[in-house]
Amino acid sequence: MSGPLLAVENVTARYGAVLALDDVSLHVEAGEIVTLIGANGAGKSTLLMTICGDPPARAGRIRFDGADITGQPTHRIMRGGIAQAPEGRRIFGRMSVLENLLIGAQAVAVDPGPELARVFALFPRLEERQAQRAGTLSGGEQQMLAIGRALMSRPRLLLLDEPSLGLAPLVVKGIFAAIRRLNAESGLSVLLVEQNAQAALRLAHRGYTLQTGRIVLAGTGRELLARPEVREAYLGG
Amino acid sequence: MSAPAGVAEAPPRAAAPVAGALREAGLAALVALGLFGPMVGLRTEPGAGGLMLVQRWPTVALLCAMVFVGRFGLVWARSHRFPAFLPALARAVPLALALALLFALMLPPLPTGETLLSAGGHDRALALLALFVVAGGVFLALGWGRAAPAVAVASTRSGRWEGSLRRFGRVLGPLLLALALLLPALPWVGRYTLDLGILVLTYVMLGWGLNIVVGLAGLLDLGYVAFYAVGAYSYALLSTSLGWSFWLCLPLAGIMAAFAGILLGFPVLRLRGDYLAIVTLGFGEIIRIVLLNWVSLTGGPNGIGGIPRPSFFGLSFSAGGGPGSFADFFGLEPSPTHRVVFLYYLILALALLTNWVTIRLRRQPLGRAWEALREDEIACRALGINVTTTKLTAFALGAMFGGFAGAFFATRQAFISPESFTFLESAIVLAIVVLGGLGSQIGVAIAAVVMIGGFEVFRDLAEWRMLVFGGAMVLIMVLRPRGIVASRTPTVALGKRRAISGELVGEGHG
Ligand SMILES: Nc1ncnc2c1ncn2[C@@H]1O[C@H](COP(=O)(O)OP(=O)(O)O)[C@@H](O)[C@H]1O
Ligand SMILES: [Mg+2]
Repeated sequence: MSGPLLAVENVTARYGAVLALDDVSLHVEAGEIVTLIGANGAGKSTLLMTICGDPPARAGRIRFDGADITGQPTHRIMRGGIAQAPEGRRIFGRMSVLENLLIGAQAVAVDPGPELARVFALFPRLEERQAQRAGTLSGGEQQMLAIGRALMSRPRLLLLDEPSLGLAPLVVKGIFAAIRRLNAESGLSVLLVEQNAQAALRLAHRGYTLQTGRIVLAGTGRELLARPEVREAYLGG
Repeated sequence: MSAPAGVAEAPPRAAAPVAGALREAGLAALVALGLFGPMVGLRTEPGAGGLMLVQRWPTVALLCAMVFVGRFGLVWARSHRFPAFLPALARAVPLALALALLFALMLPPLPTGETLLSAGGHDRALALLALFVVAGGVFLALGWGRAAPAVAVASTRSGRWEGSLRRFGRVLGPLLLALALLLPALPWVGRYTLDLGILVLTYVMLGWGLNIVVGLAGLLDLGYVAFYAVGAYSYALLSTSLGWSFWLCLPLAGIMAAFAGILLGFPVLRLRGDYLAIVTLGFGEIIRIVLLNWVSLTGGPNGIGGIPRPSFFGLSFSAGGGPGSFADFFGLEPSPTHRVVFLYYLILALALLTNWVTIRLRRQPLGRAWEALREDEIACRALGINVTTTKLTAFALGAMFGGFAGAFFATRQAFISPESFTFLESAIVLAIVVLGGLGSQIGVAIAAVVMIGGFEVFRDLAEWRMLVFGGAMVLIMVLRPRGIVASRTPTVALGKRRAISGELVGEGHG
């Protein structure tokens, strides 16, 4: 079938009186890495959460693989093939690395064995630390765990919310390399939210910029990197 | 194009902490006025010409002032970098004070001429003081535990304690179990010790049941006694009015309690922390007050008597022996001890069942989802876990075990009344779970033995023992803020080459 894997069409979302997303449209093709950049409070996280149904879209449509998922309960959407590594990682701190990973698989009832092997191949560090309390992992390892946990449900679309947050540049490099590898080897589609615009736009096929709830610019990573307004706002001049 | 709006804008709270705290405190006091005005300010009392409306505005003013001061302190403390202990204290003290005051106001008035400080009021003053200390301890422990960093770096001291405790725990569990199994056979164990053992085991079972809700799923429930009561009354009513046997009524009582758990679960699905605690506390009180006032069904304050005793595969434990009795069938000398021993093993079996089910579920997706829910609800949603069913199953299962314990209590006492199901029971069971280390099965068992056994040992101290216990609890929480057994061993580990079977995953339906 043709058409994009994920299509967000004229979506509006609000928290009480606060309009967080204002008529947002974007799409992700199968096998694509798309990045969404924007300042603090622009609504990036809200967009990822709205795709997952929480908060629900107040107007507009969200389609995944051709099917309308607007207004479905979150757990139903996640079982349909979307997974998210949320902002701030949100791993289950008192539980072991292995338990964290298993929880990622259980909601969709996939056999965890092959997925576990794949995650461990991608992040060998997690295999070494599988019995460790997740809360005692380093920041980079926690981010690996958050991504690995999302991958356990064998998603077709992975939503990543600021995976580079608070990590050393070298660690970020490793994480981004893993995302590239995932996309190249298994054709996983990725919607990547980042403040680290330079690295994100280099990695992504296409990108959007979000400003106070509205999409302002769209284009390929290279195009956006060349735009003066992007350079000024997100790349420090 | 200028830089997008909202870059690095500091939150406004930092600007004027005192003004902000004052405003928040004022708001809280207003809410308190709205609540306490009708609830406390107006009270009907039987007077000369029927009911009289008594107004108690000074008390309302006092309550509002307390809320104001407490809220102010809390907000103000938050804007400063105090050690985690202080904000927890600032939160615990007013909460406990408010609780004690509310109870003081709900009690019937003292006889004329007596005050809390005169001889006739001493008992009540002590009880209220005890309530304050115990409640303060629980609130402190809960608030403090939460304030502690999520990733606690174990100090060497507690690390060593943890290590030796875990090693000890491997032996301690089987040792305790063996002791529990052999207790009735030990030569120096008499009727008194057995009765105490039954009491302790009842609390162990209640602790394990509540542990599912509070320790595993992280849902703070202050009204657990409600399910204990539902189980007890279900059994009492079914057995006295329909004449059904204990073994038929026991599962029914559990089902009724589980149903009550779901009933409570639905309205509180969206609540967490303090708010959840307050609503569950209210639920416990509602059940007690319904039992007290639905006289035609429950007998009201008179309770229900003559509740049938359980039989052993149809053999009764009648004191006189006779045909069809336990003693007659086994050719034993009739003795009242038989029934006590039987009850002892019955509650031991029920408690072990609770423990076994909990341990099994913890290794399965449902139990893992409970614990994940305790750790981070938002992450659970983002992983596709159905938070609603996860919470409801925790409430239902915890309630079911509470209901079993209640049915046991009813058949053991042969008489029940609402007096047995007060908030104090909930507080004791919660204290056992918190002291045990929120989630640790062996910790709960140890805490139950220490607390209930301790209550007995200090029986001579009368009302003072509550004080001793409040103090002991605060002390334990100061020394071990995460409970006696704070560590948690993973429920699943990969062997060298062992793959995980599909049984470990798959949420089933829901
Ligand atoms: N749970 C919430 N309740 C109310 N407002 C919120 C909530 N989450 C985010 N917001 C507001 O919505 C806007 C967008 O936030 P967010 O999506 O987190 O931005 P970003 O991820 O781009 O930094 C912000 O103004 C933020 O204050
Ligand atoms: Mg964000």
